[in-house]
Amino acid sequence: MSPHSDSHGHGHGHHEEHNHGSLKSYTIGFIISIILTVIPMLVVFNGLMSRTGTLLVILVTAILQLLVQLFFFMHINEGEKPRYNVMALVLGFVIVITIVAGSVWIMSFNSVVQ
Amino acid sequence: MLDSIKDFAADFFVTGDPLIYGADVSIALVSIAIVFVLTYFKKWKWLWREWLTTVDHKKIGIMYLIASLLMLFRGGVDALLMRTQLALPNVEFLQADHYNAIFTTHGTIMILFMAMPMMFALFNMVVPLQIGARDVAFPFLNALSFWLFLMGAMLLNVSFVIGGSPDAGWLSYPPLSELSGSPGVGQDFYIWGIQISGIGSLATGINFIVTILKMRAPGMKLMKMPLFSWSVLSACITILFAFPILTITLALLFLDRYFGAHFFTLDGGGMSMMYVNLIWMWGHPEVYIVVLPAFGIFSEIVATFSKKTIFGYKSMVFAMMVISVLSFFTWVHHFFTMGSSADVNSFFAITTMAIAIPTGVKVFNWLFTMFRGRISFQSPMLWTMGFIPCFLVGGATGVMLAVAPADFQYHNSYFLIAHFHQVLIGGVVFGYLAGIYYWWPKLFGFKLDEKRGRWAFWTWNIGFYVCFFPQYFLGLDGMTRRVYTYGWDRGWAALNFTSTIGAFMMGIGFLFQVWQIAYSVRKGERATGDAWGGNGRTLEWSIPSPPPVYNFAVVPQVKHADDWFHVKEDKAKGIERPKQQLEPIHMPKNSAIPFVMASFFFLVGFGFTFHWTWMIIVGALGVFGSLFARSFSYDVDYYIPVDEVIETERKLGRSY
Repeated sequence: MSPHSDSHGHGHGHHEEHNHGSLKSYTIGFIISIILTVIPMLVVFNGLMSRTGTLLVILVTAILQLLVQLFFFMHINEGEKPRYNVMALVLGFVIVITIVAGSVWIMSFNSVVQ
Repeated sequence: MLDSIKDFAADFFVTGDPLIYGADVSIALVSIAIVFVLTYFKKWKWLWREWLTTVDHKKIGIMYLIASLLMLFRGGVDALLMRTQLALPNVEFLQADHYNAIFTTHGTIMILFMAMPMMFALFNMVVPLQIGARDVAFPFLNALSFWLFLMGAMLLNVSFVIGGSPDAGWLSYPPLSELSGSPGVGQDFYIWGIQISGIGSLATGINFIVTILKMRAPGMKLMKMPLFSWSVLSACITILFAFPILTITLALLFLDRYFGAHFFTLDGGGMSMMYVNLIWMWGHPEVYIVVLPAFGIFSEIVATFSKKTIFGYKSMVFAMMVISVLSFFTWVHHFFTMGSSADVNSFFAITTMAIAIPTGVKVFNWLFTMFRGRISFQSPMLWTMGFIPCFLVGGATGVMLAVAPADFQYHNSYFLIAHFHQVLIGGVVFGYLAGIYYWWPKLFGFKLDEKRGRWAFWTWNIGFYVCFFPQYFLGLDGMTRRVYTYGWDRGWAALNFTSTIGAFMMGIGFLFQVWQIAYSVRKGERATGDAWGGNGRTLEWSIPSPPPVYNFAVVPQVKHADDWFHVKEDKAKGIERPKQQLEPIHMPKNSAIPFVMASFFFLVGFGFTFHWTWMIIVGALGVFGSLFARSFSYDVDYYIPVDEVIETERKLGRSY
């Protein structure tokens, strides 16, 4: 592609050299995310921990996994203003909390019934 | 050998019902006719080059439109079959299991394969033109979204003649949709049809968010953006957060069915109500996803045809954003009767009623815009006027349903059926039809005939009320949804018969529209750029109809909201905006990869449906191969030289 001035971007082809991460950061992210997947799998398949312990391990590795995805692959800390990605993330968290907490609240009828 | 082929065919094809043999014959005849016509007129190359590989948002929009109208026809025929069965007591037109399959496919097709693509058709046809862009942010992804949708839709539709249709209701509640309740392949067609088209929907949501945030013409601040584009933005934000929930829920159901997991089964620790909880977290935002763009369409039409600026622009924007976020906090009202605690039900009853507030604001704004306007009643405005009372009644019955204790009486009765058809037909279908009438001349270069349009409008509208008002009373008389027949002793015969008459009137209204289009293709009035009597207000009316491939010869410099209106006003005062220099235009190249990749997705879905591992592997390899091919294709764009732009514009009667 020949270099040219592209004032209002057509969205195909990235002309400006944005910092979209290097091979090194992608490799590190990939390895960490694999490790974070393997840990809970080993714990579950081999029954290494108690029920509470297993749930805790899954929860912690899941949250770490989320952070790895956000920083190594989604480049959440890059980009200029306005910070659409931060706004989207905040709304995302609100909705995730609604889904999880809401489901727990709604489905607790089961324990009431039994 | 012959016997085993016979056995296979008997399982593979749906047999035993004359209606289905009729469908087999008509599908075969239509396919042969299409192949014949394409070959006879030597149109295969044209089809491939102009349509199957296109990445032009206008053409993709037109393909979405055609597909959604076909799906409207299929879903409508389903509806008429049901109404025929219910017209009188003890009719033996459809058997119980066939009736189950028909109401399931009617619902699934109308929401996911009619409303969604018709919405995407309008997104594609209008948004880039309205914000002064030359295409969407990711044209390749846009084409891929369309083909994924189409392959998903085909997968669901093919179940009619191959393998058997899904019949567990449009949202497939377990345990009925589990292997124990639905051992056939219909449910797998349902899962894979929706999953594959769901990837497309999510991608379209992302695509249009980026398009609207990043590709507006210079000077068009967000608060100067036309309201339809705002409605698309709010709908896409909702898509972004709602569709992953659907994907996960159906993936869990798939794990249950395919690998014997127990997420939603009755035994093994599963909880089927969790599915209902999850699916409505998508399902409720989904109805707002489809209705928000309709609100945007009405805002454009009301302003144009009242020849006034929209009343309360800021409150319109605010109302839409509030609706798109609030829509995530109301889902329990679909299952108040599940037996959650009173706290839960009260909370969700109140959030549901709260949504009526921003919606009411919008209705008043439309009315105030019309107030003292010089309204011209052409098709788009007619449908808008039809929408307001219809949606109002639908909204009011919605608030009735939102009262949790009362809902125990209405739940799953025909009262509910009448309510949601009133908001979905009165709001979404009327809205999209209004939008199609409004932007048709822009996309196709000719107007749709008004006379036949009026016939269609009145048969649709009167038919609607004749069909659905009796259903409120049927519901109050105790008729529940999904019954396939009833006895004379229930006293429902007269109301049901009336309802069936109304349904057929709407069917006739649809036929009038088909006639209207066919008539207008030959005799329609030629449309100018500013097709509605020069009253257009937004940028799409500043360019020729139909627009050239690059939309805007020069990217407009926006100064005001409703910029085109101001340009015309200035011109009348003798103030001309300075002419801009033409530059070579950067455009995306066509690509066959979206079509090929989506076809492989179809194989994956079909393979999973029939447990054919070899086909899954072939399909998956194809999908990854396509991704690989795309990653290494660098020749994806080109420039249109200035001379060619000048020549194209000259042919369209514009000089530079």
